Amino acid sequence: MTEPLLRLNGLTKAYPGVVANKDVSFEIGRGEVHALLGENGAGKSTLVKTIYGLVKPDSGTMMLEGKSFQPPEPRAARAAGVAMVFQHFSLFDAMNVAENIALGMENPPPQAEIAAQVRAVSDQYGLPLDPDRIVGELSAGERQRVEIIRCLLQDPKLLIMDEPTSVLTPQEVAILFETLRQLSSEGTAILYISHKLEEIRALCDNATVLRLGEVVGTCDPRATSARDMAELMVGSILHVPEKADKPAGDVVLSLSELSAPAPHRFGTPLRAINLEVRKGEVLGIGGVAGNGQDELVAALSGEMKTAKAMVAYKGESIGHLHPNARRKIGLLAAPEERMGHAAAPDMSLTENAILTAATREGFTTKGFLHWGKARHFAEGVIAAFDVRTPGPQNAARSLSGGNLQKFVIGREIMQAPEVLVVNQPTWGVDASAAAAIRQALLDLAAKGTAVIVISQDLDELMEISDRFAALNEGRLSNPRSAKGLTVDEIGLMLGGAHDMEVAHVDA
Amino acid sequence: MLMLEKRPQPSRLWTFATPVLAVVLTMFCGGLLFAALGQDPFETIRTIFLDPLFSEFAWFYRPQLLIKGAPLVLIAIGLSFGFRAGIWNIGAEGQYIVGAICGAAVGLAFFPMESFIILPLMVLAGALGGILWAMIPGLLRVRFGTNEILVSLMLVYVAEQLLASMALGALRNPDGMGFPGSRNLAQYPSATTWINQTIGMHWGVVTAFIAVIFAYIALSRHIFGFNVRLSGQSPRAARFAGVNPSALVLICMGISGGLAGLAGLFEVAGPAGQVSIDFNVGYGFTAIIVAFLGRLHPVGILLAGGLMALTYIGGEIAQSNLGLPVAAIQLLQGMLLFFLLAVDVLTNYRLRFGTKEIT
Repeated sequence: MTEPLLRLNGLTKAYPGVVANKDVSFEIGRGEVHALLGENGAGKSTLVKTIYGLVKPDSGTMMLEGKSFQPPEPRAARAAGVAMVFQHFSLFDAMNVAENIALGMENPPPQAEIAAQVRAVSDQYGLPLDPDRIVGELSAGERQRVEIIRCLLQDPKLLIMDEPTSVLTPQEVAILFETLRQLSSEGTAILYISHKLEEIRALCDNATVLRLGEVVGTCDPRATSARDMAELMVGSILHVPEKADKPAGDVVLSLSELSAPAPHRFGTPLRAINLEVRKGEVLGIGGVAGNGQDELVAALSGEMKTAKAMVAYKGESIGHLHPNARRKIGLLAAPEERMGHAAAPDMSLTENAILTAATREGFTTKGFLHWGKARHFAEGVIAAFDVRTPGPQNAARSLSGGNLQKFVIGREIMQAPEVLVVNQPTWGVDASAAAAIRQALLDLAAKGTAVIVISQDLDELMEISDRFAALNEGRLSNPRSAKGLTVDEIGLMLGGAHDMEVAHVDA
Repeated sequence: MLMLEKRPQPSRLWTFATPVLAVVLTMFCGGLLFAALGQDPFETIRTIFLDPLFSEFAWFYRPQLLIKGAPLVLIAIGLSFGFRAGIWNIGAEGQYIVGAICGAAVGLAFFPMESFIILPLMVLAGALGGILWAMIPGLLRVRFGTNEILVSLMLVYVAEQLLASMALGALRNPDGMGFPGSRNLAQYPSATTWINQTIGMHWGVVTAFIAVIFAYIALSRHIFGFNVRLSGQSPRAARFAGVNPSALVLICMGISGGLAGLAGLFEVAGPAGQVSIDFNVGYGFTAIIVAFLGRLHPVGILLAGGLMALTYIGGEIAQSNLGLPVAAIQLLQGMLLFFLLAVDVLTNYRLRFGTKEIT
């Protein structure tokens, strides 16, 4: 057997209080598509950052093409032929594609030359991209293409991709996979990080599973069932939320021709959204991030005011009401960003309970606070939603992402809303906490609350929604019954492949 | 190697310990500074920090402590609301001046009539003057998004010019034989803010204590104080909680401007006595240090105001008795703010020695 491209041997990295990687060893061959699987916090990110030179391991060695490989910084890793596409893009919205690519280069050639190279590479790999377009106007999928092409221009031997499909439509995913397969056949190895098991089964040759920083197993993903891999990843039997069938109730919330200008330069305007939500139903709204999700939540929560008649609650126009007035009548929301939006990081959980629950739970009399009541409510949320924390006096930032999310969602659910809007309820949350949150949302709907779940995770939406609609460039598709929807139909609702079909013809 | 590690949550111990540590460090480095100037560091530090309270002339200095401390505390309490909400009113000095001018103008308009209503009217005018002056940067920020730091600071210089023009023009004493400066309000019984001059007690001192109590209740027991703190820490979360950011800017500017205006009025009709060209002595700027030294907490501000008044008085003693330059005293006060901000990092971070820590 020939020498593998990259060999990791006993990599260990500890941060104060947590061991991120413990004695991690595996190999990646030339042209191999290797999956790195694991839950949030399993140590995947630390491991790839080590390979990319962003993190220095405490012990252990790496060998690239048989030579010792210890990149002190990403520049050295790139020079050695390692490229990485991050989950969060590092692009400047106000600059065009070619300028953004030039910014990542050591000695950038003239703009025209970069533009020509971008065109050549995008043709070669079927990734259509106009180098003159402004990045702020691109879809998430197109932005990812900028990052991928930026990597491909370096002619890498190993391409690391961190959760690349989380922002893509199913059609875009299919085309990305074709590009990756082509790269692999040309001898470029790919280290593919994901927790989406079906994708890994479709794409990867080998998989390494991490749990709590350690390698807990390797498998051939094509010969292993998704369920087996999931249980390897989580280390326990998965609990799937149960959905009870129920008859549809009265309409509680309706949006009619809801339109709003983009709140800031790179926001998305809402365009004539019509929607009715009924008592006791779960409405799933899918869509790639940046298609108006934040704006829709803001228009519903009251952070963004609209014309009075655009939002109606039980027949009353409420588009002009501010957030607390909407909370009072029973319309609650939980935004996507936990730190700094749904919760104040430096404030205690008791104070964070006051943040949204003061009106509805009566924490104030003539403006004076009842700290005891607020603490009692926070303790109730902590107990009911299994939030792991020593107590409500702890700062929100001391909680892990999943625990804080449980607190934030629990805080709204415990106020017994009539309509609850949640944006990305399980983003960055581990599998068991995610299942608990989904179950809580279903339980709430079973009690008669109308629940609107906005998410990029289609599996999640299919699991809990009664009806499904897609948000694309600020427009909402007609909601359809979620039962029996196929992946292709969903993809088309999400706005198809964003120019991808054209590329097929060209390529 | 020395490393900073973020604490999971702010340390309660260090929240209280950092101001004390800052004072100790200031004494130490101030001592070094004075030694370099050829003074005995121990004697100088003792003169500045202890003599106003415990020397044989302390009976003379103690009332001064109230006179100097009251405007500092009053202004700093007002500033602390804005500072907690992330609204940076740096121009309290200007609001202090305009409050003094407006309040004094009302008093002078009634001269020589005697009535119990004059002082309350002056108080009202002083507060309104300060509020109006603070509304300029406030409204400009809300309406046009200008930077309130710059606008409020610039308006201090406008206010100083206004003060000079008033002292030389409209408010000049008609019986003053052409000298600049207004009539002496301290000698006008219906207008003076003095309660008992020998112990340094005037209405500003009383108001400062009341302001401390009100601020304490507002910040710890009222939803308004909660919204102020929330806006400063997480503006987006504050909007989500239903706080109107524009209204909050105006309210906080109004509180700080109003209290600064009051401080100006109490000063001009009491300890200063008259509207004069050099009426303002920098209380509005020193109050910024007081607010931060007191951790933006009302009780802390009360203590910090006392400490700052102490360095003012002690500094004057050191100047006259030891011949220390005034710049050295200002340097000492600046040092205090510097060390306070520097050691503040310990509240949110802990120091670690060595590169590897596995727990």
